[in-house]
Amino acid sequence: MTRDEIRDEILDILGDIAPDEDLSQLDDSQSFREQMELDSMDFLDIVMELRKRHRVQIPEDDYVNLASMDSTCTYLEPLMKDTAKA
Amino acid sequence: MISSGSPTDRIVITGVGLTSPNGDTLVDFREALLNGRSGVSDYEIRYVGKTFAGVCRFDELKYQKRRDVRRGTRAGSIAIYCANEALADSGLDWPNIDRQRVGVYIGVTEHGNVETENEIHEIKGYDYDTSVWSHHHNPRTVANNPAGEITLNLGITGPHYTIGAACAAGNAGMIQGAQMLRLGECDLALCGGVSESIHTFGIFAGFASQGALAAHTNAALASRPFDKARNGIVVSEGGCLYTLERYEDARRRGAKIYGEIAGYAMNSDASDFVLPNPDEQSRCMRMALDRAGLAADNIGIVSTHATATASGDVQECEAVRRVFGKSRTTCINNTKSFIGHAMGAAGSLELAGNLLSFEDGVCHATINVDDLDPDCDLPGLVLNQPREGLQIDTILNNSFGMLGINSALIVKRV
Repeated sequence: MTRDEIRDEILDILGDIAPDEDLSQLDDSQSFREQMELDSMDFLDIVMELRKRHRVQIPEDDYVNLASMDSTCTYLEPLMKDTAKA
Repeated sequence: MISSGSPTDRIVITGVGLTSPNGDTLVDFREALLNGRSGVSDYEIRYVGKTFAGVCRFDELKYQKRRDVRRGTRAGSIAIYCANEALADSGLDWPNIDRQRVGVYIGVTEHGNVETENEIHEIKGYDYDTSVWSHHHNPRTVANNPAGEITLNLGITGPHYTIGAACAAGNAGMIQGAQMLRLGECDLALCGGVSESIHTFGIFAGFASQGALAAHTNAALASRPFDKARNGIVVSEGGCLYTLERYEDARRRGAKIYGEIAGYAMNSDASDFVLPNPDEQSRCMRMALDRAGLAADNIGIVSTHATATASGDVQECEAVRRVFGKSRTTCINNTKSFIGHAMGAAGSLELAGNLLSFEDGVCHATINVDDLDPDCDLPGLVLNQPREGLQIDTILNNSFGMLGINSALIVKRV
């Protein structure tokens, strides 16, 4: 998947996790938590959805990389470069 | 707060919030019951296929964000809806209520089956790889979930828990609320029962295997307690929660009082996993009458538990006959004939279905009785058409459940 495709996938997951949020104005450089109501269980949902949808395994020590859209895409790009778009 | 709790405190109902398959407010529910409107509909659930159920259609988003609905359980959403509706109905000045002094006591038949079945269904698609088992599973399936979701939604910091009491749970929740008020554990009790059971295939499959799941060509006619052609239970979801307060507190604030908890009793059959025992059921009703200081012919309505199983209805009718057989002033009815069996919510919903009889003087009917089973024939049975022009001052609400759990709750006019 390309970086743009990964971004779309994360947006889709966020849409499920945070259905009350308007994601159209999301600032990719800012942390998710500063822009929307997300707690630790929600972040685990992101990890879980990536595991379910793409078999991507994210070790607990790496969760810190999921802070913002930019950091998430940067972290996932090498992991998902051979992943086909669903 | 006037009282710190006393065994002699009078406990009254000041608010009702409910969702049932045929109404999402007390008034709509009552109107459906008086007009013979069934809430049972066609239903389909995985593995079991086509069957019937009582499905609730309240607006989950009235009191929850979509995020919270997703995070929680159906039982939690039902409980939150009912709790908010009951508080609104009570007229309590909620923003100024001390949330530490509110207790939440919710009866459930079962809890957790829905989420466990969903997760197993989900991981089946991943060759049973448990690494995709949801981290939401445990907070969703802990037994206190529906009560805990109410506290999260309303910011209540008093005690909360569920009371697992099979199908006697609705009464058990109310009894717990009254007891906690008398013990001084809270000044306001949110209590009753809820059920999400129609979302677990296991309950349908279990009743089917037991030969106790209703079958019929017409959904509205499927739940037929006391009728010769009854053949089992219609499973329903629903909830009904009450605000209970000490009488002096309610009177001081000028609250509308629906009725007073006059007496109650719970006991056990100790005889069979599923078959009811009229000896203990009748003893339970007599204990409730004794504690209320009432005789059988002082009771205006007996709201029966009967679920439309072949043997269960006969057993309960035998128990009711022993206690009320000589009363010429007691009407006997059944709410499940309209809404099916709402499991943990059954007791509290069925009481609510009768509560407005104090105001309108009507005993709602038991519908779908085309051919009364002689073994269920009781003096005072109200069949197919409501009975009007009555002076109803007391209701005895029966709720019984598996493993031989019995409850009888008496509410009287204030």
